[in-house]
This record gives sequence, C-alpha cells and structure tokens, in this order.
Amino acid sequence: MAYRFDFTSLWDYAPVLVHGVATTVGLTVAGTVLGVGIGIAGAAARNSASRPLRLAVGAYVELIRNTPFLVQLFFIFFGLPSLGIRMPEWAAAVLAMVVNLGAYSTEIIRAGIDATPKGQVEAGASLGMTGPQIFRYIILGPAMGKIWPALSSQIVIVMLGSSVCSQIAAEELSFAANFIQSRNFRPFEVYFAATALYLALAVLTRWILARLGDRLFLKGAARA
Amino acid sequence: MSLVKLSGIRKSFGSVEVLKGVDMTVREGEVVAMIGRSGSGKSTLLRSVNGLERIDAGVIEVDGECVDPGQIDLRALRLKVGMVFQQFNLFPHLSAGENVMLALKVVKRMGKADTRAAAEQALARVGLGHKFDAYPSQLSGGQQQRVAIARSLAMQPKVLLCDEITSALDPELVNEVLSVVRKLAEEGMTLILVTHEMRFAREVCDQLVFMHGGRIIEQGPPVALFDRPSTPELAQFVGMVEAR
Amino acid sequence: MLEFSFWDILSNLLLAARWTVLLSVIAFVAGGLAGLLVLMARVAPVPPLQRLAKLYIELFQGTPLLMQLFIVFFALPLVGIETSPWTAAALALTLFTSAYLAEIWRGCVEAVPKGQWEASASLAMGFSEQMRWVVLPQALRIAVPPTVGFSVQVVKGTAVTSIIGFVEITKAGTMITNATFQPFLVYGLVGLLYFALCYPLSLSAKALERKLNVAR
Repeated sequence: MAYRFDFTSLWDYAPVLVHGVATTVGLTVAGTVLGVGIGIAGAAARNSASRPLRLAVGAYVELIRNTPFLVQLFFIFFGLPSLGIRMPEWAAAVLAMVVNLGAYSTEIIRAGIDATPKGQVEAGASLGMTGPQIFRYIILGPAMGKIWPALSSQIVIVMLGSSVCSQIAAEELSFAANFIQSRNFRPFEVYFAATALYLALAVLTRWILARLGDRLFLKGAARA
Repeated sequence: MSLVKLSGIRKSFGSVEVLKGVDMTVREGEVVAMIGRSGSGKSTLLRSVNGLERIDAGVIEVDGECVDPGQIDLRALRLKVGMVFQQFNLFPHLSAGENVMLALKVVKRMGKADTRAAAEQALARVGLGHKFDAYPSQLSGGQQQRVAIARSLAMQPKVLLCDEITSALDPELVNEVLSVVRKLAEEGMTLILVTHEMRFAREVCDQLVFMHGGRIIEQGPPVALFDRPSTPELAQFVGMVEAR
Repeated sequence: MLEFSFWDILSNLLLAARWTVLLSVIAFVAGGLAGLLVLMARVAPVPPLQRLAKLYIELFQGTPLLMQLFIVFFALPLVGIETSPWTAAALALTLFTSAYLAEIWRGCVEAVPKGQWEASASLAMGFSEQMRWVVLPQALRIAVPPTVGFSVQVVKGTAVTSIIGFVEITKAGTMITNATFQPFLVYGLVGLLYFALCYPLSLSAKALERKLNVAR
C-alpha cells in the first residue's frame, strides 16, 4: 500500500505557519537578548568577590543545565501560579528560554573570561581602573569574541528547543503544526514542512549571528 | 640496476607548480641525498615516492611496482618504500615495541612470535633493544627517531625515505640518529634522504641531487658537486650552507 | 477522589524514572554505535560519503528533537511499521544521539595530528586499519569527557518523548499533576529527579576532562 503524499492542503494553512514562524522568531529574539544579558551578569557574578553570590550563581547554572527545558517550562507555567505568579503562555515561554539560555551563556561567557590573559587585568589595574571598569572595558569584549561561536550554537539550540513551548499552548511553529494536522489529518506532511521551516530558521540564525559576531568583535582584533 | 625510477613527475598545489617534471633513478644499495632550499620541492618529491603526495603527472616505479596519477592503490608501493619523518610520528598510545609490531601484525599479518622477534631485532639494529616496553613519551627525541627507523626497517622495505629526520632534534641528539643511518648505508640499504646535514651528505652519500625551483638542476657524486658546482644556484647554496 | 501522599507522588515518579533511564541507555548505546558508523562515513576518504554524513549531522543538529520524534512517529506507519510511543522514542533519540556523537567524535579524530595518518599510511595501512589501530585509540581517549557530557543531553532529551505519549518522568509528572493539582510540588520533584540523574554525569565529565588535561 503506497502512501500518497499531499502537501497541497498545507497552502490553506500558510497564514497559520507564518504566524507560528513569527512567534518562534519573536520568542527567540526576546530569549536571546535577555538570556545573554543574564549570562553576562552571571559571568560577572561568578567572578565577584562575594562567595555567597558565586555559589548562588553556580547553583543556578548547574540546576538549569542538568534539568530538561520542558520541565523548566512546566514548572514556570504550571507550578509558579501556586505561589501566585501567573503569566500568559508567551511570557512563560520567554521566561523559560531566558532562564535556560542565561544559565548556559553564564557558563560559556565565564569560560571566555577565564581565558583572558592575567597581564591585561593587571595593566588595567595599573592604570587605576576599578574592577567593574576592567570587566566592562578590558575583559568582556575579547571574551565575547572568543566564545561567540559557542554562544551562537547555544542560541540555535534554544531556538530549536522552543518547539516544546507548544505544550503550554504558546502559539509558535510546532503549535501551528499541531493545529494544522488536527484539521487536515496529514501529520507527516505537516511536521515535515514544520521541520523544514525550523531547519531554515536554524541556518538563518547561524548566518545572522556569524555576521553579527564579525561586526561586533572583529574590528581591529588580530586575535592571537 | 635501478631500484627507484621517477620520470616526468609533476605536482601542483593550487596554482603553484612545485614539481616541474622530475626524472631520477636510484640504484639498489645507493644512498642519495636531496638538497636545496626550502620550497625547492625536495620534500614534496620525497613524499610522492611513497604516495603521501598524489602526483599530477609522471610515473613512479619502485622495484617493479608502478604508480601514476590514475593508480590509487598504494599498498604494494608502500610495502616496498619505508619512510621516516621529521617529527618522528610515533604512535603515542603504543610502546616502542608495539609501534614496531603494529604494521607487521595488521598489514603483513605475521604470527605473534614472528612479529615479536622481528620487532626485537629491528629495535636492536637501532641500538634500542632494551627500550621495547618504553612509551614514546619516556624516550628522548633521538631515541624516538631511532624507534621510528626501526618501525620502518621491520617492514623490510626495499628503500627507506628520510625526510629531514634530524631537523627536529636538539643538536646533541643528532649524531645518534645519523650514526644509525650511516650503519644502514654500510649494510647496503637503499636510502633517499632530504637533509641539511651537508657534512653527513658528503661523507655517506653516493649521489647528491640538488633541487631548485621544482627541478633537479645538478646531480652527481657529492665531492664533485660541492667542490665544483656548475650552476650559480648550487654555488650560492653551497656558499650559504658553508657560511653557517 | 484518591488522596496522594508525598510518598505516593515520589514513588510513582521514581517508578517512571526507570523508563527514563532505560530509554536513555538504549538511545546512548544504539546512538553510539550508529554514531560510529556516521563518524566513519564523515572522515572516510570518500567525498560522497563525507557529504552524506555531513548532511545527516546537519539535519539532526538543525531541527528540533520534537519534530524528529513526530516525523518518526508518523512516518513509520507509512512504511508499514507499526509504531508505538516506545519504538518512536527509542528510534528518534537513537538517530539524534548518533548525529551529535558523530560530530563530537569528528572533532576528536581531527585533533589527532596529521603525522599519525602519514606514518601509518607509510607503513602500508589502509583507511580502516589506520582508524582501528592508530587514530581511534587516540581520538577516543580525548572523546571520553565530551561523550559523557553529551549523555546529559540524552537524558534531558527523553523528557521530550513525553509529548508523543511515552510515559517517563515528565509524562508521569503531568499525569500525577492532573490527579493531585499540585503542579509546584510535582514538577519540582520531577526537576530534582532529572538533576539527580544528570548532575553526577556532568560532574564526572568535568572530572574526566580535568584528568585528561593533567595527563597532557
């Protein structure tokens, strides 16, 4: 028995797919900006003089990195309301992505910071710069340049991982796919198309991040 | 009778032609040194003799085995041609003895006892019979290079290629490796060396080949070449080397 | 309605954890074996094979695990194979794992110096002999820490199989939540269970890496 593939019925649902792609992109952009922000703050905190702060950030990083994103999402969306913290689906999705990427990027950026030659910090200190100034002006830029490829990979992983946000009814791409296949009963074709869209998004994200990295970190940097 | 015969060897890397039609013959038992400046093509030529560089044109013939650009099966050729490298390239996860035994076991499929005996003999030949169980990291550079020589010798090649085998060694370790090579030459091993050790080349080699710009532009007995270079390039090269 | 005590919840989750562990082990072992084949294709001196393996890796690294699960789940019946959440989960996770491990290991193979390939080639070894005796023993040594590290991703990946109805920790958590209306407690416990499974793996990956760095 030969199965007849039929992708034509997908066209009727093109607007749904477009909405799904747009939502996935939106979630990813918000998650990335805030998540990397947390990562920078977290990496700075890991280097701070305060031991409790270092331990707290370390616990956050390990807790997130050793639990599934889906469970983090469920905890935020279903669990937090028990404490009176309620939010719409999209906000829970963004929060979960931020918390998740924040932990990974803390670890990634910290590795970049650890690779900073000690002499550079000493040079900054000898010029009378304060700790935060040294971090901001001397350490951060080269560290980010060094770890940008690793961070980019992580951002793509988070984007792909956001597909499970359909499970809390955030209307992103895989939610759109679930919706369409419940109407046209063509699950294979629908998921195939959604997968292709994700692949395109992943390729595009990598490309954009690579360009962005060149713009941000390549200027005059003859990195040894 | 010629053992190695190279004819019309050409090789390009991208748009740069590094070998521009090289012909050369080496007789059995002969010791040949290839000299020339870096970039002259001598290392590429040596590496092409056992197929580490794929040639674009020409024919390589070793003891009846033919290799040309169309022929990709290099196994037969490599069974006749051994090679020793500048960086030793010992297998770091294997002991000296295991380094020597590996190819005997997996390529020649020799029995366990024969393999062991051949390896012990090869290591003894380079004066390292007592280092059978030592790992490369426990050996000096000179010892590592001697193990590498033993590893090649154990395969009983018809000809041994040596690619600047003393260049990565500390000066005080050079002689122990050269004296092994000298001994091999005396025993009648056919050797082709790329080397910067001019004194050694003069004393040990039967034939000297001077390469320049991807061609062999002079060859002959070392004394003649060194003392009466017939091209300005060789004269300049000899002067340069001797001034060092 | 049934009353669930804390211990009822925990014991039910622990029972479900068996399936998380079993699925992880199957995916990791089968994915490792398949990954070795993909690795061979990726580094073999046969350009079409290399391209095929590269495409395979990029497909799995460029698409969500959830979509891979759905496609396997809905594609198997199309080729006449009866599918269940269990088979779909095991197959999809195996493929996913094989792609990631192949890529991790490729990095390790490429870290083996070129001279090792040349020396073994000059001893008349062919590709498979070089791989088997010279390159893989060296590559696998440095591959151990990142491989153990990746096992964490496999364990976490099993959570996604709850979405196609495979009853492991996360799915059990959802079912218990629906019965007890205690999502904070239940998902908190679910998270801690995953942590208990993954953290030791993360720690040993780190320890192995440190040991390797000292050895070099």
